[in-house]
Amino acid sequence: MTGLIWAGSIAALAPLVLIVGYILVNGIGQLTPSFLTHPPAPPGVRGGGVGNGVVGSLLLVAIAVTLGVPIGIGAGLYLAERRPSRLAAITRMLADVMSGLPSIVIGLFAWELVVRPTGHFSAWAGGVALALIVLPIVARATEEMVRLVPETITEAALALGFSRWRTAWQVVLRTALPGVTTAVLLALARVAGETAPLLFTAFGNPFWSVDPARPIAALPLQIYAYALSPYDEWRAQAWTGALVLLVLVAGIGFATRWVTRSRARLLAAVTPRVGRHEEPL
Amino acid sequence: MRGPDSVAPGRRSLGDRFYRPVTAACAAAIPLVLTMLAVYLLHGAWPVLSTHAGQLLTGSVWDVPRGQFGALPVIGGTLLSSLLALVLATPLALSVAILSAELAPRAVREPLTFLVNLLAAIPSVVYGLWGIYVLLPFLRRTVMPGLMLLPGSLFRGPAYGPSLLAATLLLAAMILPFIAGVSRDVLLAVPRAQREAALALGATRWEMIRDAVLPAARPGLFGGIMLGLGRALGETMAVTMVIGNRHALPSSLLDPTYTMASLLANEFAEASSATHLAALLAVATVLLALTLLVNVIARWLVARVERGASMPGRWA
Repeated sequence: MTGLIWAGSIAALAPLVLIVGYILVNGIGQLTPSFLTHPPAPPGVRGGGVGNGVVGSLLLVAIAVTLGVPIGIGAGLYLAERRPSRLAAITRMLADVMSGLPSIVIGLFAWELVVRPTGHFSAWAGGVALALIVLPIVARATEEMVRLVPETITEAALALGFSRWRTAWQVVLRTALPGVTTAVLLALARVAGETAPLLFTAFGNPFWSVDPARPIAALPLQIYAYALSPYDEWRAQAWTGALVLLVLVAGIGFATRWVTRSRARLLAAVTPRVGRHEEPL
Repeated sequence: MRGPDSVAPGRRSLGDRFYRPVTAACAAAIPLVLTMLAVYLLHGAWPVLSTHAGQLLTGSVWDVPRGQFGALPVIGGTLLSSLLALVLATPLALSVAILSAELAPRAVREPLTFLVNLLAAIPSVVYGLWGIYVLLPFLRRTVMPGLMLLPGSLFRGPAYGPSLLAATLLLAAMILPFIAGVSRDVLLAVPRAQREAALALGATRWEMIRDAVLPAARPGLFGGIMLGLGRALGETMAVTMVIGNRHALPSSLLDPTYTMASLLANEFAEASSATHLAALLAVATVLLALTLLVNVIARWLVARVERGASMPGRWA
């Protein structure tokens, strides 16, 4: 049985090796500085790249973070402090449900919310769609992290005459900061690769644009368009684009691991021995 | 944190008076957004839902110019591809979870978890790209001709490449890390006393897992599998790229078919008539209802184990 489990696990990891391997082999050839700094070239013209897509993705993610993270952190604080209340219980359940919704449905909602009233695709709409994906992830993670902050610390701050606001900001959130940062980074990694919610919100754009009121390019959208295109040079660029996206996402992943380690150290310093998480056997 | 609110009523600052309402408003944003989402979709889909609901759920002709919107093939394709992917992914995902929570040497556990997380972090469109240019040619040239030699109608050709089979394989690889991650957390939530009791009674390590850990974790494991199902139902890009996008129910694993999410991805940006738009939103509403149902059941099951409510009175 143990042998079967090892075999199953190795089979489970096979796609990882295959996909990463193919992307490296097919993508690394065209990975040049100009690929990262130029917008797409018309079919048949050599060169061209994903520069506008990278910039567009960064802008979209920035909008998502600006909208989603503060509200998520506020909601997380409320959920942790008001754990037994009815609103908290409902919100917690719904946040979990929301993070499991298909991203394409979220995209449709953003379309109804932004594109339909304004009458055109825009980076705002794409950013709103991504923010709706970020929000529940950050809220639930903030709650979990704030709950790990020992109550004695909070009570000490309040006893010293700190206001609730300052306690939350300077004591609770600061202690939970590495954990919250981890969650934000993970959410970033997830939305940076999202394509489906951008199809009819950000829409894509073959030119340079940083105007949030207009359609904007995004790296995943460009990979999708290139992958389905009939031109060989575009298809080749799809692999390179995928390589760039993968490096971006993995880079965020490694940053997360580094932050998680510092969280372990920080929490170990402030958490009393009693009530620590049980080590598995 | 749960102390009285009125520590020093006279000295509450402005920021302090706003603290509770502001965080409560942030929390309330989540139910609000979800309600709005449901209302907007229903409202947009209403023209079709109110008059053609029967045709939508049972018809199989999708003819935009003639105003015929039968979504049975996409609903069927979504369910088929997701359930088949689930059957494929579950044993592998549980292996990974048991290995990384129980069996593997300590030094292997963390790298294993990291690799699984990495697999989960690969964007859908990248899976799709790999699917088009590596998986499909491989299936068409090597796997499908072999399968077609088998008896039975399940593997009847022709071997196009884009097919239910391709979508199932890709979906299985994509939901596997999610199921593995949730299952691992569920296994770790089983109390240590449960394990120690089994070991003290003379169980081997594998007997301990089989008789003490898995029964206690069972509802949570089902929950994790259902979360994977929820993912699979809504997965869009990779499926769109390899399933063939043919609006018909498949009669064999090698047939191309369609899913709800793929239909939305392909047609929504170009929908021009109001009826077409409403029909697509109606399909989205069906997808939303399906994933909501699956997710609510899954979350409930997972929460039961993590609250420790499912400790069995007797071991199975």
